[in-house]
Amino acid sequence: MYKYNDFDTAFLAERNAQFRAQVERRIDGSLTEDEFKPLRLMNGLYLQLHAYMLRVAIPYGTLNSDQMRTLALLAEKWDKGYGHFTTRQNIQYNWPKLRDVPDMLDALAEVGLHAIQTSGNTIRNVTSDHFAAAAKDELTDPRPYAELIRQWSTDHPEFQFLGRKFKIAITGSSTDRAVTKAHDIGLRMVERDGVAGFEVIVGGGLGRTPLIGKVIRDYLPQADLLPYLESVLAVYNLLGRRDNKYKARIKITVLENGIDTIREMVEERFEERRKAFDGTDQQLLEEIKAHFTPPKLRGGNVETYLTAYDADPVFRSWADTNLAAHRDDNHAIVTISIKAHGQTPGDATAAQMRGMADLAEEFGYNELRISHEQNVILPHVHKSDLPALHAKLKEHGLATANVGLISDIIACPGMDYCALATARSIPVAQEIASRFDELKLEHDVGHLQIKISGCINACGHHHVGHIGILGLDRAGVENYQITLGGDATETAAIGTRTGPGFAYDEIVPAVERLITAYLSLRDSAEETFLQTYRRVGMDPFKAALYPEAQKKVA
Amino acid sequence: MPRPFTPKIITANDLLEGDVIYFTDTNSWSRELQEAELIEDEAEAQLRLLEAEKDALRVVGIYLTDAKSGDNGPEPTHFREDFRRTGPSNYRHGKQEAAANV
Repeated sequence: MYKYNDFDTAFLAERNAQFRAQVERRIDGSLTEDEFKPLRLMNGLYLQLHAYMLRVAIPYGTLNSDQMRTLALLAEKWDKGYGHFTTRQNIQYNWPKLRDVPDMLDALAEVGLHAIQTSGNTIRNVTSDHFAAAAKDELTDPRPYAELIRQWSTDHPEFQFLGRKFKIAITGSSTDRAVTKAHDIGLRMVERDGVAGFEVIVGGGLGRTPLIGKVIRDYLPQADLLPYLESVLAVYNLLGRRDNKYKARIKITVLENGIDTIREMVEERFEERRKAFDGTDQQLLEEIKAHFTPPKLRGGNVETYLTAYDADPVFRSWADTNLAAHRDDNHAIVTISIKAHGQTPGDATAAQMRGMADLAEEFGYNELRISHEQNVILPHVHKSDLPALHAKLKEHGLATANVGLISDIIACPGMDYCALATARSIPVAQEIASRFDELKLEHDVGHLQIKISGCINACGHHHVGHIGILGLDRAGVENYQITLGGDATETAAIGTRTGPGFAYDEIVPAVERLITAYLSLRDSAEETFLQTYRRVGMDPFKAALYPEAQKKVA
Repeated sequence: MPRPFTPKIITANDLLEGDVIYFTDTNSWSRELQEAELIEDEAEAQLRLLEAEKDALRVVGIYLTDAKSGDNGPEPTHFREDFRRTGPSNYRHGKQEAAANV
């Protein structure tokens, strides 16, 4: 993985010293809050409902064990013993004290982590496929390109004050695990005449106006990545609306001007901008790539795995649910669920973070990933180690076999923490997970993604959940709208609203009615919820959700 | 026709800790909602807000919000302020775990 050089290290040290002085000046009264707020936001520090919140970037979701231990240290020393992994491959600390934040940033810098551009109207943390460099279906590891984009975008003078935040996601696989079509720019590695390049998608995004991105370039040579991105950003910076923050994202720019006009303008600028790139970026990319050489995978047989798989049904259930195919048949990709039933989606305690760091060292070539689905991944584990790994995960309370199932819910912090939220998300997720655990139904239900947001900004990606739940404030009461049919993958789709929302105490029974309907509608156990929805449409689910309305019609 | 004035309290976040605080009738800040000053008059509310804003270097995000009179002092009328008064649902953190005055 990428290792900071002397320049990077000095840059972070200088940046942190600068912020430390700014914090001191705010505390001694030299700076007002109006003056200080943009400075703290540039360093990932928000003021939320109950306390400050520090958002730390985990670039392209990749961590080593030392970095994970530092995240644990921050949780333990300066927070309340846990951290919250988010859908943007960040970790958030919900209780830091203002005076402690510079120390937290210094501790992060020691292991090459930071909170730069995790906030503000700038290019945010670049996200990537959490199975990068391990997935069987991968064309090329996308992370060196993500690192190149990170370095290019960090403190880029032209893009620090955009109309709104700007999010880029990148994947090197045909299966989209990075939700590229719901980003301001999505980059998908494709091949043409045997040479890998990028399909470039622009204008996707969720929030108030959910839109699936449009292809602006079906093939972009790798060497043109930065000048092309710069051209897209430049056009957005020029055309993007600044009169209304709700219409300031590039998705609205694309919608209002049309993809053809945007493409034409981007291509025009691209011709100019690429001349300014003299190849330095490509030299840098080669240096970056050298840090992403895959681990030397060990050989050996997988007998212990096969024996445990046959003999131990608990291990088998976990293996069937939480493992994914690795490019090397003797290895597996392990998703560690941090969604134990009834727990807060995405939360890990300091002890669990240390435990995962130890396990990555012992079994996972010292690599961890954070997924946008709020789980932790060990991308390379030899199958012979899986029984021992599973046993140790159990000790840490991390062996829940629910990846991709109904309790593997994405949920934003909602009104339990977030100042923007209009309703709570976390307890809804907790209650749905607990309910289906009690019913012992989730393995029977199979692959199903529930995504919950506590406000229209859609940090919980509810629009692309098979079942999406949006919490709103309706006349001073929490109310939850349901959408069905959303899809976060390469076949991305925005879900359709079912009808009137549900009160807080009605939402879990409503989800239960949806699932009961699905179980009776599916044509076999192999047909997923999404497939059934696409086959039968909204009406049978609507009938299950609103039985009273059906009676009136009858 | 203007909407009738509803009683208010003044709330903010503490600069150093970030936690929720309330303005009292003695021009100090308390972490307990029940110690907040309940302001029944619209003009008085604006004057008290100006008074509170004198602390803008020490506290953050001062604003007026609806409240009602209860048996033990002011109570929130909206769930957002109720959550701010207590703390998150998933852990007994925030006001649920600590209560010390500024």
